[in-house]
Amino acid sequence: MKSSTQSVDLSRRAFVINGALVMGFAMLPGIPRAFADTEVDTLGTAILAPDLPGSLRATPYLDAWIRIDAKDGITVYTGKVELGTGVKTALLQIAAERLEVSPGLIRFLTADTALTPNEGYTAGSHTIVDSGTALFNAAAQVRQLLLESAARQWQSNIDSLSTRDAVIHDGQGRSMTYVQAVVGVQLHRFASASSPFKPASSFTLIGQSLPRLDIPAKVSGGAAYVQDIRLPDMLHARVIRPPRRGSQLLDIDEAALNKLPGVVKLVRNGSYLAVVATDEWLAVKAMREGYAAARWTEGNPLPDSTHIHQLLTELPARRYPVSAKGHLTQPESRGYKARVTKQYLMHGSIGPSCAVAWFKDGTLTVWTHTQGVYPLRNGIAEMLGLPVQQVRCIHAEGSGCYGHNGADDAAADAALIAMALPGKPIRVQWMREQENLWEPYSSAMLAEVEAGLDDSGRLRVWKYELWSTPHNERIVNAGRLLPAWLLAKPFTPAPSVPIAQPEGDGDRNAVPLYEIPNLQVDLNFVLSMPFRTSAMRSLGAHINVFAIESTVDELAARATVDPVQFRRNHLSDPRARAVVDRVASAFRWPQKATGPGSGIGFAFARYKNIMGYCAIAVQLHVQRQTGQVTIDRVVAAVDVGQIVSPDGLLNQIQGGIVQSASWTLYERILYDASGLHSFDWSGYPIMRFPEVPKQVEIHMLDQPDQPFLGAAEIVQGPMAAALGNAIKDATGKRLLDLPLARRGWQDALGS
Amino acid sequence: MITLDINGKTHELDIPQDMPLLYALRNQVGLNGAKYGCGLGQCGACTVLVNDKPVFSCLTPCGALEGKSVRTVESLGSADKPGPLQKAFIDEQAAQCGYCIAGMIVRAQALLEANPHPDDDTIRRHMAPNLCRCGTHVRILAAIKSVIAQGAKV
Amino acid sequence: MKRKTIIGAVLALGVVGAGFALWMMWRPEIAAVSPPQSAGRESLDRGRRIVEAGDCAVCHTRPGGDYMAGGLPLITPFGTLFTTNITPDRETGIGKWSLPAFERAMREGIARDGHFLYPAFPYVHYRKLSDADIADAYAFLMSVDPVKYTAPDNHMVFPMNFRALVSFWNLLFLHGDPLEPLPDRSAQWNRGRYLVEGAGHCSSCHSPLNLIGGEKSSELFNGGIVDGWTAPSLRGMAEAQHPWNETQLVAYLTGKVAEDHGAAAGPMLPVSLSIAQLPAEDAQAIAHYILDLKQSSSVATSPPCPPVANSTAKALPGASLFDGACASCHGAAAPMRAIESRPALASTSAVMADSPRNLIQTVLQGIPMSTSDSSHYMPGFADSLDDTHLAAIAEYLRNESCPTRPWTDLDKTIKSIRAQE
Repeated sequence: MKSSTQSVDLSRRAFVINGALVMGFAMLPGIPRAFADTEVDTLGTAILAPDLPGSLRATPYLDAWIRIDAKDGITVYTGKVELGTGVKTALLQIAAERLEVSPGLIRFLTADTALTPNEGYTAGSHTIVDSGTALFNAAAQVRQLLLESAARQWQSNIDSLSTRDAVIHDGQGRSMTYVQAVVGVQLHRFASASSPFKPASSFTLIGQSLPRLDIPAKVSGGAAYVQDIRLPDMLHARVIRPPRRGSQLLDIDEAALNKLPGVVKLVRNGSYLAVVATDEWLAVKAMREGYAAARWTEGNPLPDSTHIHQLLTELPARRYPVSAKGHLTQPESRGYKARVTKQYLMHGSIGPSCAVAWFKDGTLTVWTHTQGVYPLRNGIAEMLGLPVQQVRCIHAEGSGCYGHNGADDAAADAALIAMALPGKPIRVQWMREQENLWEPYSSAMLAEVEAGLDDSGRLRVWKYELWSTPHNERIVNAGRLLPAWLLAKPFTPAPSVPIAQPEGDGDRNAVPLYEIPNLQVDLNFVLSMPFRTSAMRSLGAHINVFAIESTVDELAARATVDPVQFRRNHLSDPRARAVVDRVASAFRWPQKATGPGSGIGFAFARYKNIMGYCAIAVQLHVQRQTGQVTIDRVVAAVDVGQIVSPDGLLNQIQGGIVQSASWTLYERILYDASGLHSFDWSGYPIMRFPEVPKQVEIHMLDQPDQPFLGAAEIVQGPMAAALGNAIKDATGKRLLDLPLARRGWQDALGS
Repeated sequence: MITLDINGKTHELDIPQDMPLLYALRNQVGLNGAKYGCGLGQCGACTVLVNDKPVFSCLTPCGALEGKSVRTVESLGSADKPGPLQKAFIDEQAAQCGYCIAGMIVRAQALLEANPHPDDDTIRRHMAPNLCRCGTHVRILAAIKSVIAQGAKV
Repeated sequence: MKRKTIIGAVLALGVVGAGFALWMMWRPEIAAVSPPQSAGRESLDRGRRIVEAGDCAVCHTRPGGDYMAGGLPLITPFGTLFTTNITPDRETGIGKWSLPAFERAMREGIARDGHFLYPAFPYVHYRKLSDADIADAYAFLMSVDPVKYTAPDNHMVFPMNFRALVSFWNLLFLHGDPLEPLPDRSAQWNRGRYLVEGAGHCSSCHSPLNLIGGEKSSELFNGGIVDGWTAPSLRGMAEAQHPWNETQLVAYLTGKVAEDHGAAAGPMLPVSLSIAQLPAEDAQAIAHYILDLKQSSSVATSPPCPPVANSTAKALPGASLFDGACASCHGAAAPMRAIESRPALASTSAVMADSPRNLIQTVLQGIPMSTSDSSHYMPGFADSLDDTHLAAIAEYLRNESCPTRPWTDLDKTIKSIRAQE
């Protein structure tokens, strides 16, 4: 294919410096203005109050977050959702801390377009930063208003009042509940820019590990997931997807399928097919018959996976300068040059996507495990031609998604089917192969790095170029919903736009945090793609941190400096150095295990260069002949600002270590011209118990009174890099093509 | 009519012979514990005990279950009165999204009923059929080991 | 005089006998050596190829254990053996072995310290290897990471717990020299023969064994039973009722799914994964040679399985069990069939075979999952299906593929396999 790379100058991306948006967006023809500066507000949630903290910027009214009345007591709302990271509990902790009530007194509601604020997507490790910060301030301000109300009624000094468990006391025996105090208080008002200060030292909930609210039901078979929703007279649906993208339905024997046991309806709209049955198993059986009976056109060709990275450099792309400073000159002899590749990955949720929809009395209600109920509502409304007010999306938990998986598409499926059967609740559940074949993937990527040292052994020059397809194909229009492509009147996805720096898209964490005087980083944003790709945990940071930290290790070796010391020498941020130092001392770096094939590796990154800090050291051993990698020990240190729930943070970091190890060592989507082969777990193997690290040790560096920085994705990149560096140490081989430990990789080691 | 013995109760179900146990448990009996994960016996989210052995309920036709006893995670305790493994999973907060957890607990239950003192390697190998995508493995192992360490009878 | 003569004769006989017995049953120790200098890259690469072709790791690595550290139990009619540690660890492995000691083991089945090795170690085949190949294999094994591990003690039944008795077994079965290429055959055929009869030791499993565990030389490659699985006859595969071609056999031998036949399972799976590590021309040579093995005239060939119009298989009780337990993978429109073009079960070798043994074994045990790459995984059903259900599913599948010749020994075969679990 012919290259059609275009150059875009620096001003075409938004740069946020010190939290302030300093540059406008100069548009290329054809690029929509819906430029996202984070993956959270893809929808373009309007900023109504730019000086307010967190999500109060878009939803400044206090009563959008907290309501108090006699009927329901205290109700707290968040526009974020529980994705399995425990944020529901953590957000409740924040609200309860600042309202000074016990969490049990709060009715806590998560994303529902009829009830809660619009906080865009729950993504990008933003939940505590956005919603946590909003609640931290809104709750304190509401409590202050209640105190003021009581002080007014008692005509006493507000400083003499105290609160405990939603009751205000004045020290003279008088008391008033929050519900009583709220009378006469107007909560429908903008929040203020500043909130009453409460020192972290007096926190009783923030910083405590409150047991998660959702776990008891999950360990005992309680109703916990959208999959568990059972509505009266609910019908079960299964979709019948084309063999591949671009395939058109030629014909299907509708009458035969309609006659199958239990089948209520075959929904057909263009190439869109679904069966609806009275019973789930009968729906599955009818779906199987449908797959056997449907005839399709061939569809779009697939590329050969062996040349995908070459192909990325040849496809149409827009070129975005990410960062540039100093003068790029050829690295001198002690330079290092590398070509790093990553394959397509899948989110691989354990539970395939599912949704329940009910079109009743003119309103369509959809229960969905989407990450963003509001954007989804708009997309569904557009797809169905319904006014937005007639669509309600309610979040219900699903299996962990780790980004943009099939959740939104399954919700669109349920919506389409429910509209075909008005009055009937419809539950649609995807099959494993449907999830694997149709979820948006994490992009295959190519990174080329060339870097060098000066005479004193310091980093002098750094050139980095990336090729990637999009990481943010969120639901900005109906065309971003896969089922809408299949309809008789199909919708077209909105044009792809990368998330701007410093959040970044494929270029997330593409700029090293290390001090480098001469640097250039560019992103080639590939627009034409064989697969739909979208957000998966850490976006490009996985490969970028891997590439940067591999290069830094190689340059440290050329400078004959210990790799940890080399990093310290180039880090000026004391918090960055603190996590590096903590890991080094806890790990006893560079003490190495003896024994054949063993190695140690170190890595560091600050997520997006503006969020949580993470340093990590890995000890592993490689069986040279079989290529088997055993991870013996992992030591990590993290700084995510003020810690809300230490155990919740620990859980996220432990999980990220295992998940990133699985991506880094084993995962890749298998495909060739004949089709996609990773339709199940045998074609897309992920880490299982025997391969899980033997020992994981996390150190949390709390920062009382400092802003929340977010935690969920900060370890993905550093873990990948530490594994690569440890394998280099163990084998002498610098592996640059992810995944690292697929079968046969040991051939590279020689005998 | 198929007669199934589920969690000690007899159920007379008007279902086809080929219906996998998973669907009967979820839709006919109304239990949530066993989850659909792959329908292919590859992930273990649907794990239940049949005659005390862990099986993939997604691939076990109800027609093959007459006269056998089926136990799901619901038989091991409730949110209010959790059984030893359930309690250990709560104490260790051994879940993220939790979708795999019921299957994990059931498989671990089978191990500890047969072998109250397995070592780390044995536990890992026994649990290998069950997938977790959130990476909660470290906590799941800790929860199982805490039950072993307490010597609690499962 | 006469008496003296007799006594003398007896004594003489005794001395001769003792000498004979000593000669038969005693072998000297070969001196320990320091670990050899590591060999050159080329020798190691060649050695690795021999070791893969010889399936050394298949037996000498236990599940979850270290590479070549031994400990895999081998269940024989004479008791259970545990494979030994052949890493170069000096105390527990073969770190003190010199090349002559290794070569003696490979050709004569004698350990370095002089004790007899049980013939589960296929030295009767390895003796056919060239000197150079043995030297390269030695160099490779000496380059493996040393592991300290001692396998459990063997549990052999009397009298086979006396290793020296192996010497008499060797008298019967240990013969032959390194294979020389036959000049009238192609290089590929000769390479295939060398791999099949030498390192690959295929006949160890694919031949019937006699009462004392030796391969029946008259029935070489006629098939055998190993670990409760049928190791099918390797003769006449190209002309069989359900014939194999070279492409199919190469796919099968290298761990892939063979069109119209299926994939390796059971004891053959690790062998196929080993062969997959070899250069492609080796697998092709093996397939080429095997497909040239002619059917012995003494063996009756199975009658054909003509398709039957209006099959009644769907009415069998096994059909609904199949729908619930098997169809999500093996159903006509399942992705494994539709995307991967894998064969319908009815046309696989396991279902077309005269014995249901391998089908039953596969259903009971499944095929393990790999984490490092894709695999043709299958879950085991040993705990979810009982014997009647297994039989019903097998009957249904057999009825779909060969209705004229149903399996008559289903119940018996299932029971005997279950008894071995």
